[in-house]
Amino acid sequence: MPEITYREAISQALQEELNADERVFLMGEDIGAYGGSYAVTKGFLEAYGEKRVRDTPISEEAIVGCAIGAAMGGLKPIAELMTINFSLLAMDQIVNNAAKILYMSGGQVPVPFVLRTVSGGGLQLGAQHSQSLESWYAQVPGLVVVAPATPYDAKGLLKSAIREPNPVLFVEHSLLYRVRGEVPEGDYTVPIGEADVKREGKDVTIVAYLRTLGLALEVADRLAREEGVEAEVVDLRTLRPLDLEPVFASVKKTNRAVIVEDAWQTGGLSGEIAGRIQDEVFDWLDAPVKRLNAPDVPMPYARNLEQLALPTADQLYDLVLETLQ
Amino acid sequence: MATRLPGAPALEREQLLDFLYQMLLIRRFEERSAEQYGRQKIGGFLHLYIGQEAVAVGAVAALSPEDYIVSHYREHGHALARGCDPKRVMAELFGREGGVSRGKGGSMHLFDKERHFLGGYAIVAGHLPIAVGLGLSGQYLGQDRIAVAFFGDGAVNEGAFHESLNLAAVWKVPVLFICENNQYAMGTEISRVSAETEVYKRALAYNLHAEQVDGMDVVAVYEATKRLAERARSGEGPMFLEAMTYRFRGHSMADPELYRSKEETQRWLGRDPIARLKDRLENADLLREEEYTDLDRRAREAVDEAVRWADASPPPPPEALWTDVYVGRGPVRGRDHA
Repeated sequence: MPEITYREAISQALQEELNADERVFLMGEDIGAYGGSYAVTKGFLEAYGEKRVRDTPISEEAIVGCAIGAAMGGLKPIAELMTINFSLLAMDQIVNNAAKILYMSGGQVPVPFVLRTVSGGGLQLGAQHSQSLESWYAQVPGLVVVAPATPYDAKGLLKSAIREPNPVLFVEHSLLYRVRGEVPEGDYTVPIGEADVKREGKDVTIVAYLRTLGLALEVADRLAREEGVEAEVVDLRTLRPLDLEPVFASVKKTNRAVIVEDAWQTGGLSGEIAGRIQDEVFDWLDAPVKRLNAPDVPMPYARNLEQLALPTADQLYDLVLETLQ
Repeated sequence: MATRLPGAPALEREQLLDFLYQMLLIRRFEERSAEQYGRQKIGGFLHLYIGQEAVAVGAVAALSPEDYIVSHYREHGHALARGCDPKRVMAELFGREGGVSRGKGGSMHLFDKERHFLGGYAIVAGHLPIAVGLGLSGQYLGQDRIAVAFFGDGAVNEGAFHESLNLAAVWKVPVLFICENNQYAMGTEISRVSAETEVYKRALAYNLHAEQVDGMDVVAVYEATKRLAERARSGEGPMFLEAMTYRFRGHSMADPELYRSKEETQRWLGRDPIARLKDRLENADLLREEEYTDLDRRAREAVDEAVRWADASPPPPPEALWTDVYVGRGPVRGRDHA
């Protein structure tokens, strides 16, 4: 199987779906002539033309609202918001329209479209370009929220998202674009709404998604090497609908759980997951469920401060050991 | 008896009488809605369209049945003009299973997909980009259809308004924006909050073709809409129509109308679109008093029937709470993950 980057995997999925279905088109800021701010759609304008690769004004609300209308009219739009920070300008469309139209219409009007966006900090982009807001959207009934952490999942989940009959927020992470992994050529899908055990283990469960999956796997390797501890790592992959069955099954085996995410702790997904673990498998727990999140501060610019504002492998390592004591 | 109205040679008498009937239907429907609100059959917000009937009736009559329509939260008139069944619209106001949106939308969220009436939206200007997308879908698929958005003068200070007009113009999307300028954004008079009170001029800034029309004259609205819709349909890009109108009732049922004078309302009542068309038809010898009485009786009967039907329709079953959240996947409820 060829090894390609997360960026290339997403690009492949887009191209394959553009080739497969004439109704699929892309719209967003600087996706065409510029080639995409993360170069995901480089060369697309030349290959597919202006009808299907549409550069938009910097008008986030119109981008998302137009995609909603186009979906209602029978197209399969893939809209792009350059970063999740800018999605705040389109929140009315995402939350009040995309997530509500099927319900408000009594089931008459589906809104099948994909909204791709980029989350995360770590590149010294400051407070307004470094947020991880995907957990906000994961609270909204009517939305599907997908957050792949590997090239394989990115391609397979994006294909599922494009074929999904519901609005999908497809969250990519800015630090993952260069990550490499094995990805099949041609068509395959990864189902939406299924978490995935990325590493098996018997001693402790680590729940992660997006960038923190890499942290979890790195820490699991170190724990095995240095402490003889076998951690099981569950990658959520979809944040809504949230598939916690693999987490519950894992906790029944390991009796311990640590959740790690880049979002702020207050009101984050980690609290929801911890609560659900206690609802479902409390009797199997041998230690309190632990959470590692970003501290509740805006993202600072200075490199040393930014590093303090994101969960680290060392912090995760220590927290896992704490639950094992 | 004459067959044509002076100044409107393209319109058959039958169509003019239909305009009159539809305006009466909307008027009587809204009057009964207010009454049913008082009886607590209707909950939440209720925004009456009384006074503005000529805009919905004239504009919708000028469209093709295939054209998409989206509207704001004062949309009973647009839905009825589009041919939505008054029984099912009233049932929606009552929150009943027989409602156009199966009781899950309410007064502000009427949807009738079969008639391409794709919703009332309750966030001011939030539906304007949707209209652009609907228009784009028609253009993209090579269909002979346009999208039409109704909104008020309150919407023109929202970012979504400006973003939508600009995007539609850049992509030459076949969409017709119809601003019902009733002079008040809820209780705020337009000149107090808009640096440019002639709304159509804002559209000119985005290179849309834009016109202003007397929104109390159903024939004028029909003719302007017909002209602009055809231009949008033939590939000239987005069009903009500002219809000057007035709502005779308050913003919603809770409105004591402290912000405008009785004299002003009285002046506009003198331009009642129903009375104006009636007088014009009578003066042109196209309508007799007993014919008018008959049209009004038919409208009242249709509304009586709508109220009876709505009241007999059951409320949605409790299970309906969980349906229509997603297509093709179970409801995401609490601890379930399906």
